[in-house]
Amino acid sequence: MAQVRLDHISKTFASGDDQVRAVDDVTLDIEHHEFMILLGPSGCGKSTLLRVVAGLEDPTAGDVYIGDRRVNDVVPKERDIAMAFQRYALYPHKTVAANIEFPLKVRGVGRAERAAEALRAAEVLGLEHHMKRKPGQLSGGQRQRVALARAIVRNPAVFLMDEPLSNLDAKLRGDTRAELVDLHRRIDSTFIYVTHDPVEAMTMGSRVAVLNEGRLQQVGTPQEVYDRPATAFVAQFIGTPPMNLLPAGLWGSDTVQVGIRPEHLRLVPGGPLHAVVRQVEHLGHEVLLFADANGTRLVSRIDPNSFVPEVGDPVAFDAEPGRLHRFHPESGERIE
Amino acid sequence: MKRRLRDVPWAVVMLLPSVVLIAVWTVYPLVKAVQNGHLRCDVTGTKCIDAGWGRYWDVFISAEFQHALGVSLKLMALTVPAGLVLGVGLAVLADKHLRGIGIFRTIFSSTVATSVAVASLVWFVLLQPQIGVFADLFSGWFPVLKNPGLLNDPGTALLAVAFSSIWANLGFTFIIVTAALQSVPRDLYESAYVDGAGNVRRFTNVTLPMIAPTLLFVTVVLTTRALQTYGEIALLTGGGPNPEKSTTTIPYLIYGRNSIISGDLGTKSAAAVLLFVLSLALALVQFRGLDKRVHYGR
Repeated sequence: MAQVRLDHISKTFASGDDQVRAVDDVTLDIEHHEFMILLGPSGCGKSTLLRVVAGLEDPTAGDVYIGDRRVNDVVPKERDIAMAFQRYALYPHKTVAANIEFPLKVRGVGRAERAAEALRAAEVLGLEHHMKRKPGQLSGGQRQRVALARAIVRNPAVFLMDEPLSNLDAKLRGDTRAELVDLHRRIDSTFIYVTHDPVEAMTMGSRVAVLNEGRLQQVGTPQEVYDRPATAFVAQFIGTPPMNLLPAGLWGSDTVQVGIRPEHLRLVPGGPLHAVVRQVEHLGHEVLLFADANGTRLVSRIDPNSFVPEVGDPVAFDAEPGRLHRFHPESGERIE
Repeated sequence: MKRRLRDVPWAVVMLLPSVVLIAVWTVYPLVKAVQNGHLRCDVTGTKCIDAGWGRYWDVFISAEFQHALGVSLKLMALTVPAGLVLGVGLAVLADKHLRGIGIFRTIFSSTVATSVAVASLVWFVLLQPQIGVFADLFSGWFPVLKNPGLLNDPGTALLAVAFSSIWANLGFTFIIVTAALQSVPRDLYESAYVDGAGNVRRFTNVTLPMIAPTLLFVTVVLTTRALQTYGEIALLTGGGPNPEKSTTTIPYLIYGRNSIISGDLGTKSAAAVLLFVLSLALALVQFRGLDKRVHYGR
């Protein structure tokens, strides 16, 4: 059983005379065999947090637990973890087989057992026919799979991944997402996965932890985070196109910010929100309508078979009251 | 194709400066040296006859050349491995993100900006038997430092020259290896660390293979430099101590003021060409032998 517990973790880096607080008092409980996504924009501290779990960084404050053991002073080797890196970090001079075997070799596993274990891991990822090649002879997707195979080969309790798909092209990224979910189903490890891509977070995670400026914004299932974002930041970060955020006073109360997802902002003649169409994007299965309401940019997702206004047309929007999200205009926190 | 033809005159004009320079300073002297190497001259060095290609064999098997060849190879064996190990060692030590490490990097690389003449003079003073610092400090353990002095003892003179040469080349090795170390992706080290590899294993499994092409290059350059060592010898020992001629390397045999063949243009040229062939052969052997073990690129 490998649950991971982060207890009030902070990490500060010295940059010249300045102190940069990369991670700010994050507490997070990750269950055994969970697929936890750490999501946020670049510089939000998600990678630093992952490296703290790996033991590549020491937390400035707080405790890391893997299973029941506090591991702050435990070297990575002894933490029962494996890590896949963004740029694969394969040894270019070693064959695929030697790359996958390396963690076992370091642990003094015998040659025959090593080869058998490496083959097993390679088979999980469909690499058994590439064992004698060098990484330079493989495609990006295959290299990524070698890195994953090297990470799963010794059955780590916790499997850490730092943006492993960001160097792949869009098509391959989609395929590999599905493979990773499948991999998670087949092995007993707890997954912690760092990404800046909300789509990866939504499609792969059993839960998502959203970070911004080092602080944990919200933890929940992808649907919870999408349906009830805890802050205006989360609301805008998750979802494509992002949620419309109306400044206080534009709709309803003068003291709350109102958020509406593009699919909930409907064209209703005589509706309360008046705007002028600025741009129309036909995407085939839907139309994105960009409009200007008193200087605020709005996006609405509408059915291509319904009435589609043209650029310059005045329009009116409405939304069901249950679909509105309210946020505090200064703190950005959700108001129920 | 038409376009290519139109570019030809300009291409020739652009190439001309380097072609002229290489022709005048490299090709012509080489051809001339090969020609001169055929000459057998009398003691005055003025009357020479063409003795053909056989002259090279005669020079090669002569006692003087064989002795100089032995000294040169000994110097190479003393300087190349030690220089390589020290240079890599210093570069690895300085490849840490520590406060003030830049000062050490500057010190370690400083010998690259030191001319052979200055370096030799420094060592000459340091090793001087009467006033030298080394003699003062260490002659209790090593009496040879005082009497007759490291540079004056036939048994130690070459070693002393090797010290000076290793020191003078250390900056070069340090800089090139440092650059290579910095191009090794950090995540390779981190990955190996997470997988449980200790310092030694990370060095042998990540550092060494990743900088292997650079090490091959440095080895070839250091070997060539060792075979070409002249300045240190001219300034520190003059090819001596004599009569053993303990430090008469091939270059000193060719150029040296005290060389027995200093007046003999033909023999000097032949020895120079033989040195060229030797360096070329060693470089080829190194490339052939090590290239297969070196991994280039990703």
